[in-house]
Amino acid sequence: MTAKKESHESAYKERVDGRAFDELREIETKIGIIPNADGSAMYKSGKTIAIAAVFGPRTLHPQHMQNPQKGILRVNYDMMSFSVPDRKKPGPNRRGQEISKVIEWALSQCVILEEFPNTVVDVFIQIPQADAGTRVAGINAAAMALAHAGVPMREMASAVAVGKMDKTLVVDVCKEEEDYEEGEGATDIPVCLLSRSKKIALLQADGKISIDELKQALEMAKKACEKIHEIQLKALKEAR
Amino acid sequence: MENNRKIITPGEIVIQGEEFLPGDGTRREKEDIVSSRYGLVDISEKLVRVIPLSGVYSPRRGNVIIGEVIDVLFNGWLLDFGGSGNGFLSINECPRFINKDELQDTFDFGDLIVAKIIGIKSKGIDLTVRMRGLGKLEDGMVIKVNPNKVPRVIGKEGSMVNVIKEAANCEITVGQNGLIWINAQEIKNELKAKKIIEFICDNSYTEGLTEKVKEFADKLGEES
Repeated sequence: MTAKKESHESAYKERVDGRAFDELREIETKIGIIPNADGSAMYKSGKTIAIAAVFGPRTLHPQHMQNPQKGILRVNYDMMSFSVPDRKKPGPNRRGQEISKVIEWALSQCVILEEFPNTVVDVFIQIPQADAGTRVAGINAAAMALAHAGVPMREMASAVAVGKMDKTLVVDVCKEEEDYEEGEGATDIPVCLLSRSKKIALLQADGKISIDELKQALEMAKKACEKIHEIQLKALKEAR
Repeated sequence: MENNRKIITPGEIVIQGEEFLPGDGTRREKEDIVSSRYGLVDISEKLVRVIPLSGVYSPRRGNVIIGEVIDVLFNGWLLDFGGSGNGFLSINECPRFINKDELQDTFDFGDLIVAKIIGIKSKGIDLTVRMRGLGKLEDGMVIKVNPNKVPRVIGKEGSMVNVIKEAANCEITVGQNGLIWINAQEIKNELKAKKIIEFICDNSYTEGLTEKVKEFADKLGEES
């Protein structure tokens, strides 16, 4: 799928790493990399690495946060201090908290929380190396880790970031593309798709994009998510 | 049988057809039986189940578990057994009379207790020690394994446990929550039993496991 040509041609004709516009970065997965966790997974897409560890369902403390109707899901996303060229100050920050919340909302769509009242499922996502698309890599890793932890789920979740460089739509944005400044500049749209119902569980946009282009971008994201979903399944089936 | 034991992931269709019944880890969505868990498919006649491969222990009535005393209350004890909740062992479920002021003399903080689950309510899990083989663990060692591997350690009608008992000349109590108590005259034998159990957990889901375990036990015997 190539760029939409309306008034004039897009300035972004070739991707910085030579990929096709709808091509994902090379993906590597690993299940059960954290022996102390109930479930864990690693998802590597190009240079971006996300590690997710799942604990629980376990009793929730403080007690007043417990819900006798259903369990709660807690996501903690953090980047390691050496993950980016400029050292990231360790510990939670505003960006991390927001992404944690956004991932939590996306994943709570697929976890069956009603089956374990008064408990909590903790998901910890760490980024040892960042090259854009960390939240989507985090979701992919977390979904695999949740399945590996034996948490009841309606379906799996897979996520990808689609972008618009000037007038060209691309899948799985890398850092260099994210910083693209020519023409209309760069737009970054992380999308999370649920595997069975094909619902969109996460949709953010950072930049300018027209409605038509957004529709087209979502189609591309759906295709890419289905590819990622297959990779996730393969990883889980081969893990022992 | 081939198709019967494949690994399935959440959201995948296990089987299609109105005649099948969804069991543990599955649900019905119109015609399809959909998996909700990651595990092995088990279809026996019309019942479709998913046997979990990993995850925390989910308590069931009648299970024998090994738990640690984490609290002494006025009418019983609170036991932690690694599940999603704690178990409550009432003073009434003890085989002999206990003075309410001296609960700690019977079971104290940190004691490991073999107990049986007699009821699961929304409020909590009730335990009992009023049966043979239940009660406080005094000697021996306790090891922890993945609770999903416990059925392998026990084997068909306890066949695997008997193999270990014979090979290592020891007593074994397997808690469904993944804690295993081993007691022998000599520490050497306890360590041997531990090695065999670890072997079982590493090689679970292979064909003819009992025979392989027997071989492994013989090899261990020659070395020592």
